[in-house]
Amino acid sequence: MTVFIVRRLLQAFLVVWAMSFLVFVGVNLVGDPVEMMVNDEADQEERERVIKAMGLDKPWYVQYLHFVGRAFQGDLGKSFVYGEESLGIIVERMPATFELALAALLMAIIIGIPLGVYSGLRPGSRISKVIMAGSILGFSLPTFWVGLMFIMVFAVMLGWLPSTGRGDVVPIMGINVSFLTIDGLSHLFLPALNLALFKISLVIRLARAGTREIVHQDYIKFARAKGLSTNRVVLVHLMKNIMIPVVTVLGLEFGGLIAFSVVTETVFAWPGMGKLIIDSIQNLDRPVIVAYLMIIVLVFVIINLVVDVLYSVLDPRVRLQDVKA
Amino acid sequence: MKTVAENIALGAAAGDKTEAVETPFERFRASFFASKVASVALVVLCSLIFVAVFAGFISPTNPYDLAQVSVLDSKLPPGAKSFEGTAFWLGTDGAGRDLLSAMIYGLRISLGVGVMSGIVAMIIGAAFGLIAAYFGGRTENIIMRIVDIQLSFPAILVALILLAILGKGVDKIIIALIIVQWAYYARTVRGSALVERNKEYIEAATCLAIGHRRILFRHLLPNCMPPLIVVGTLQTASAISLEATLSFLGVGLPVSEPSLGLLIANGFDYMLSGKYWISFFPGVALLITIVSINLVGDQLRDVLNPRLER
Repeated sequence: MTVFIVRRLLQAFLVVWAMSFLVFVGVNLVGDPVEMMVNDEADQEERERVIKAMGLDKPWYVQYLHFVGRAFQGDLGKSFVYGEESLGIIVERMPATFELALAALLMAIIIGIPLGVYSGLRPGSRISKVIMAGSILGFSLPTFWVGLMFIMVFAVMLGWLPSTGRGDVVPIMGINVSFLTIDGLSHLFLPALNLALFKISLVIRLARAGTREIVHQDYIKFARAKGLSTNRVVLVHLMKNIMIPVVTVLGLEFGGLIAFSVVTETVFAWPGMGKLIIDSIQNLDRPVIVAYLMIIVLVFVIINLVVDVLYSVLDPRVRLQDVKA
Repeated sequence: MKTVAENIALGAAAGDKTEAVETPFERFRASFFASKVASVALVVLCSLIFVAVFAGFISPTNPYDLAQVSVLDSKLPPGAKSFEGTAFWLGTDGAGRDLLSAMIYGLRISLGVGVMSGIVAMIIGAAFGLIAAYFGGRTENIIMRIVDIQLSFPAILVALILLAILGKGVDKIIIALIIVQWAYYARTVRGSALVERNKEYIEAATCLAIGHRRILFRHLLPNCMPPLIVVGTLQTASAISLEATLSFLGVGLPVSEPSLGLLIANGFDYMLSGKYWISFFPGVALLITIVSINLVGDQLRDVLNPRLER
């Protein structure tokens, strides 16, 4: 077990290091941030002053070493655009993204499981066919386009919900959240549903497959034979057992939600990390790009590590396989 | 050497004799068209490809020929008449281009980028997958570790990282899509090649002292094709979707190459003032493309994989 964790940690470290190098070198080859920062009418002296101030006059490997050294102190450089610590800017926007992703995860469970269980119990019925067709659409529809259509229908045509922004926020333990105010909730609903769409389809599939397998198990037959009501059999005996694969897969998919929030945040102008990275790429705000990519890679490496370790705890076969390989 | 005519005659004669016998291709064709949905999807897909390839002949106007575009016609709703009297079936966009024409050209770019990146990724991925499965040991370990690490990140994130580094451009997005996709192909091919390489015909080929390259590509690869074709179809759909998403985000294709995703992005600005069609119709086209490819791919998987119950 220790060997396994150490190996995984080493691999995680290697990935983060490789990414830091790739990202830093790559990003420094793109565009010219000086053009962005300096007034068009500025003279050569002014330009050189800015270049010096940003440390862009040094060779790239010196810049990289500086970058690594400072990164260990939590200093990933100042944003060219905002003039603040890029790490601070990202951390400040993290709660918004996590709130959105968690809301989407919750929606996937609340909407996906009942639909999936229903279509698993009555696979031949018309409603089930509609649900399954819907889940195929959910897989195929491009997220960003659905988001646009949501805005079109619910915000522009019907005027029920706001189209952009985050609404009123309330601080909890120093973190601003929007799910505690009515205004915040109304802002949260559409983006969360948009982000959840793909996962809802996934949960429907999983719940349906699970249900179809489990209804034929002996313990379900026994519960029926005992004279338990259908509701109790479905809600207690069946639900408990289909939740295992659903929860596992959703845990794995949480990272995907954070990655995909880039799209949803851009559509709904949700002030999270995803919107920040897109804005920064367009502004060639290198320190923020580098910091975002490093943080997101770190987040993913941590998620993957936790999932791997949990898996090996739950299923010893995984561990053995890895030691052999 | 027989002449071509003789070959055809021979073929015809053989055809006459074996009329009752089904060739594998005929069997495949029959089971593919057994599903009505998949048949319709295939027809739709073929028409889309046809429209995309012959865009210049089919499209009512050339949306990028400035002589044919008038700003006076901008943002007209579907069915409106232009300043000069021609009808715009699906309306016009912000620059006064006929939306239908812009979509036809956009479809060409979307399909082109998706298919091109898919093919290159398939070649690279298949080569690495085959090598990993055939040689095993250290080579396999290194290749598959890289594949595993890459696949532990969502595709959109990998693409975003690459495009943040590479910048905008047709070539850049194709490179990004190739790098995103190759790992899926490598994993698929390795999976089936691992099964195939232990079969007797590979052993026989090895005993005949045929070169590695010939065994890999002439013996092993053809037998790994079915799953590769399935993954290839489904991956192409997701590549098209990914390209549209990235272009929408403004990190994909440049404005000079308006794919369906970019057309949707352009319409976003006009959406809040109720001009829905500029985003709506390109989105529908994108959806039809992706769904039809996915349906064809699903059917291919069902037909090519006898282990699945139908």
